[in-house]
Amino acid sequence: MRKVDLLIIGGGSAGLAAAVEAYDRGIRSIIIIERGAELGGILNQCIHNGFGLGEFKEELTGPEFAYRFAKQVQDRNIECHLLSTVTSVTPNKVVTYVNEEEGSVEVEAKAIIMAAGCYERNAGAIGVPGDRPAGVLTAGQAQLMINKFGYLCGKRIFILGSGDIGLIMARRFTLEGAKVLGVAEIMPYSNGLNRNIVQCLNDYDIPLYLSHTVSQVIGKKHVEKVEISQVDEKFRPIPGTEKVFDCDALVLSIGLIPNNTLLSDIGIKVSGTKGAEVDQYLQTSLPGVFSCGNVLHVHDLVDNVVKEARIAGESAARYIQGDLHVEEYDISCAAKDGVGYILPQHISGSDYEKVDFKLRVRKPTQNVYIEFIYNGETIKRVFKGVIIPSEMEVISLPLSLFKEKKGALEVKLTPKEVNQ
Amino acid sequence: MKDVIVIGAGAVGAFIARNLSRFNLNVLVLDKDNDVCNATSCANSAISHSGYDPVPGTKKAKFNVLGNQMMEQVCKELDVPYEQIGTLTVATEEAQLKTLEELKERATINGVPSEIVDQARLREMEPNISEEALGALYCPTGGIINPFLLTCHAMENALDNGVELALNQEVKDIKKVSDHFVVYTQDKEYESKVVINAAGVYSDKIAAMIEPIDWFITPRKGEYYVLDHFKGEFVNHVVFPLPSAKGKGVLVSKTTSGNYIIGPSSEPMDDRECVACDSLTLANVKQQASMLIKNIPFYQQIRVYAGLRATPSTHDFIIESSKSEPAFINVAGIESPGLVSSPAIGKYVVEELVSKVLKLEENKNYKKNIKPYTKPLDLSNEERNALIKEHPEFGRMVCQCEKVSLGEILEVLHRKLPCNSLKALKKRTRAGFGKCQGGFCQPISVSIIAEEKEIDVSKVSYDKDGGYFAPYKSNKGGKR
Amino acid sequence: MEKNLICICCPRGCHLTVDENMSVSGNFCPRGAKYAIDELTHPTRIVTSTVKVNDGSYSVCSVKTASPVPKEKIFEVMEEINKVELKAPVSIGDIVIKNVLNLSVDIIATENIELVK
Repeated sequence: MRKVDLLIIGGGSAGLAAAVEAYDRGIRSIIIIERGAELGGILNQCIHNGFGLGEFKEELTGPEFAYRFAKQVQDRNIECHLLSTVTSVTPNKVVTYVNEEEGSVEVEAKAIIMAAGCYERNAGAIGVPGDRPAGVLTAGQAQLMINKFGYLCGKRIFILGSGDIGLIMARRFTLEGAKVLGVAEIMPYSNGLNRNIVQCLNDYDIPLYLSHTVSQVIGKKHVEKVEISQVDEKFRPIPGTEKVFDCDALVLSIGLIPNNTLLSDIGIKVSGTKGAEVDQYLQTSLPGVFSCGNVLHVHDLVDNVVKEARIAGESAARYIQGDLHVEEYDISCAAKDGVGYILPQHISGSDYEKVDFKLRVRKPTQNVYIEFIYNGETIKRVFKGVIIPSEMEVISLPLSLFKEKKGALEVKLTPKEVNQ
Repeated sequence: MKDVIVIGAGAVGAFIARNLSRFNLNVLVLDKDNDVCNATSCANSAISHSGYDPVPGTKKAKFNVLGNQMMEQVCKELDVPYEQIGTLTVATEEAQLKTLEELKERATINGVPSEIVDQARLREMEPNISEEALGALYCPTGGIINPFLLTCHAMENALDNGVELALNQEVKDIKKVSDHFVVYTQDKEYESKVVINAAGVYSDKIAAMIEPIDWFITPRKGEYYVLDHFKGEFVNHVVFPLPSAKGKGVLVSKTTSGNYIIGPSSEPMDDRECVACDSLTLANVKQQASMLIKNIPFYQQIRVYAGLRATPSTHDFIIESSKSEPAFINVAGIESPGLVSSPAIGKYVVEELVSKVLKLEENKNYKKNIKPYTKPLDLSNEERNALIKEHPEFGRMVCQCEKVSLGEILEVLHRKLPCNSLKALKKRTRAGFGKCQGGFCQPISVSIIAEEKEIDVSKVSYDKDGGYFAPYKSNKGGKR
Repeated sequence: MEKNLICICCPRGCHLTVDENMSVSGNFCPRGAKYAIDELTHPTRIVTSTVKVNDGSYSVCSVKTASPVPKEKIFEVMEEINKVELKAPVSIGDIVIKNVLNLSVDIIATENIELVK
């Protein structure tokens, strides 16, 4: 059986950035397994601008951003297997992948970085009511069809979900000559970035229906009509609030889910994000297996993916070099009041001076502190005038704050007192 | 002039066609849709019922038990996944324990092996059974089948043995002309000595084209949830509540692909095409299922679907020649347990009914076994690599969730049974059946279908003809 | 009259207010103030789309305006983009349309398309 130091599952932004980082820290035996025909993953179909402000200090499109990272990997001669699918991972870190040229290949890796990205929540998962005809696509499917193949899924389109991909696609459809009739969002606030509401919806006079959902899809062969309804506080459609749109496509942008089955199938612990549980090294519950990018938790910005992937790349390199220390600390981290999730779930060692905490809040909140409470004591408060679920917060804390090296950290939102 | 025209390419039509192909007959199957197995046969509970439930002496009882006995052999011949995992019919109230005894008696009369299991044993057999469960009727001969492949492969086997299939042919009228029938579709007419009506929810409409009938079909809609396959056992048997007047109730079962299905609801419909799902109905299904099995992982939900059952006003299968025309045979009202009954119905219709109006002469070239499909996942690593070396396309994964290779997709696109849509592809290969529901593979599959069928991407159907996945070329888009 | 805007310079999305004297408040950084004034006097946008490409690994190639164009010109720019037909190979940065609509802005390719015969 072939043996390598590092095997990376996924050649998108996370996998590529992790590979470069591990290489630059001295690891030479690296292979990347990518299912697509080219490196870069989903970035290749995201032809809009807005990528890389943090990384390259300029606004790039997805393919341009992907190309810069692919080039860094190619310049280092890192071995990539394209059109290749990982079919299994074992607890002994034997990875099986399959492709046309090599067949089914087993590789034993000293370390694995899981960077397989996410998939889109779809009509089946939420049980969109009504008929199930042609013309119901996820935003990603519609994006691939138009941006890579040159085909539109409809001429009169309704969008469910105000996630960023849905908003981006609303503009894209409009530029390509389709009419976007509206965007319905079940929550009372948008799940996309404000800038996308402005430049994708408002610029083109596309209405956003907050606290609305699709209550019925109508159409035998193809979507003919979409009925939306306002929802009550339990997200149930309110009778009498129906609006019907004549349209030929319903495009869904209702969330992304980490594609973590390869790890969850072998019993690696899963967190509330549906990605793996990790420590600050981004190491999972199986030593030597690391996770980063959207397969760990869904990110808002690719810049954050890249930063996270570099940590995974460094940690994997240290693990391979016998230089990753996990014994010294043992702290559990939990999300409390108002915080949806917190990463890492565990603090284990002292190789890095800082811990990058990542969190998302449950709902838009004003004038709050993000409060870090360690063994009952507040060790840090960060004030936020406005904090919204669609934006991931990254807060870096020095490890020195955790003096006892054991115990529990809780992260919660505390309202700022008016008289404070 | 055909010898036999079969109207309807569902499970019943497919098994009638397969049995007709055992004889030297000129057979044509018509279906209004663009694929076989596209209505009731593709949206049901996928169960091989043991036959304990139908009233003794009915056609339902007879064909169910016979079909169940035939199923293992049929699935072997047709290369169809089938598992005899047994069924549990669960009592959740004291009063129902007595009903279990009655059901056991009925099972015995129907010739179905069964035993009553007490609460302790039930908990052992199904660790996730609800706290309310008091005992159950266990029928070891019940099982699960892949209904798509059962129907598709039965039809393909019939085609291999000489039967013809015409899709997108909706029967509009039938006339008796001297010694034969003329069947009119929307754009063609066909002549045949014998006509078999296996038209599912439309079987009363078809029957009424020949003579006035005193029965009718009320389509009954059943809505279901599908859960993803996941590691760890969740239910091991088909678990039913006690049957009621409305049917067998909401069941929880695993499927031959390792998924789980939960349903169905039961509502009479006017519209014979409506398979829409409804949130309130599904919420009710969820609640009923929770009375049977605890902690159902609904977060694993990947799909909801609905199917129509052809419920006859007679409460029993209608399998007989029409009153005025012995050569016009109705096979109607085949509601549950229709799927499991279909192999037995097909055999009976040909051997006992067609034989009365046509001389049956054995087809010496009849092959009962279907040409096997390539299943790379069932091979050892060495066998698989040998396959990929010879046919590299089996090494290229198209559907990552269900691990379906390009090779398998190309195979079904070039078999004798036509495969004309994304849904047809999904039924045959499972591509798009997984947790992302085709999010990644459907656009790729569309390109593959377009290339293999030499049509434009914009003309690839999602399901029915005319319902295209991406119907418009963009302002500049060209051919790949 | 006061105008309310949401800044699109970065994902922060500041809520901006511009008063009748064109004085901006609510901005986290100076870019917000500039955006607000520009948005009220001469709003501009980057346009991204695709153009047709022949003999390539894909049938379309992604493109963008090399710098922002006036907002009211977006659909006219799209019409120009839709007229273009490239021949593979295409490289990132290739000029697809020079000085589109005399706006002193080029349309450039944003992906590499290989030649496939």
